[in-house]
Amino acid sequence: MSWITQTLLLLGSLSMLLAAIGLLRFPDFYTRCHAGTKAASLGAGLILLGALVPIDDPDIAIRVWLTILFVFLTVPVAGHLLGRAAFLRAHKQWPEDNFDEWNKNNRDQQ
Amino acid sequence: MFTLFETIVLCILGTALLLATVRLLRGPSVPDRILALDVLSMIAIGILGLYATAIGDPALLDVAIGIAVIAFLATAGLAHYYLTHSESASEAEKSVKKKSSNRKADGA
Repeated sequence: MSWITQTLLLLGSLSMLLAAIGLLRFPDFYTRCHAGTKAASLGAGLILLGALVPIDDPDIAIRVWLTILFVFLTVPVAGHLLGRAAFLRAHKQWPEDNFDEWNKNNRDQQ
Repeated sequence: MFTLFETIVLCILGTALLLATVRLLRGPSVPDRILALDVLSMIAIGILGLYATAIGDPALLDVAIGIAVIAFLATAGLAHYYLTHSESASEAEKSVKKKSSNRKADGA
């Protein structure tokens, strides 16, 4: 296993660990959403890049690239859908971080 | 079968899996649990990538594609379910209607 693969695997797994710690420690659903979507998709992308390095067969390599692309395209969309659903259900925000861009924009336009 | 390095990476990923499971079980609200499921599937993709390099079997990477697809569909579907069907569905509908009527008023 080359040092490039090792570095990428280690960075990716540490990013996943950070995502899980953030998921556990953040005070609020919306802040947890940041940790759970950004850091976790970065970790999955880095680990898949690390798995890509020793592969010779272009047939398999293109599938790994497509997996990375798919993860980076769909995880933000899923996080957005989840955050939107929570906001529309009037999910409670962390008191120190209380802002409401949706209704503020509506007020500004009126 | 596993080298020391692969064992260390697997331990880090296992710790992440454990922490995400704690959030899945404790999660005070439904979106927290859905998000924890999403993170769990991302970590599963990472573990599959590690296994594929450790064993040298690229067929496991195809499984990672499947998990990515299923995770996206599950999160999108569960978010839609949370938005529309719940124990206080009438209240949710009211809040959605209020907000969408605000949007309509802006457009007019």
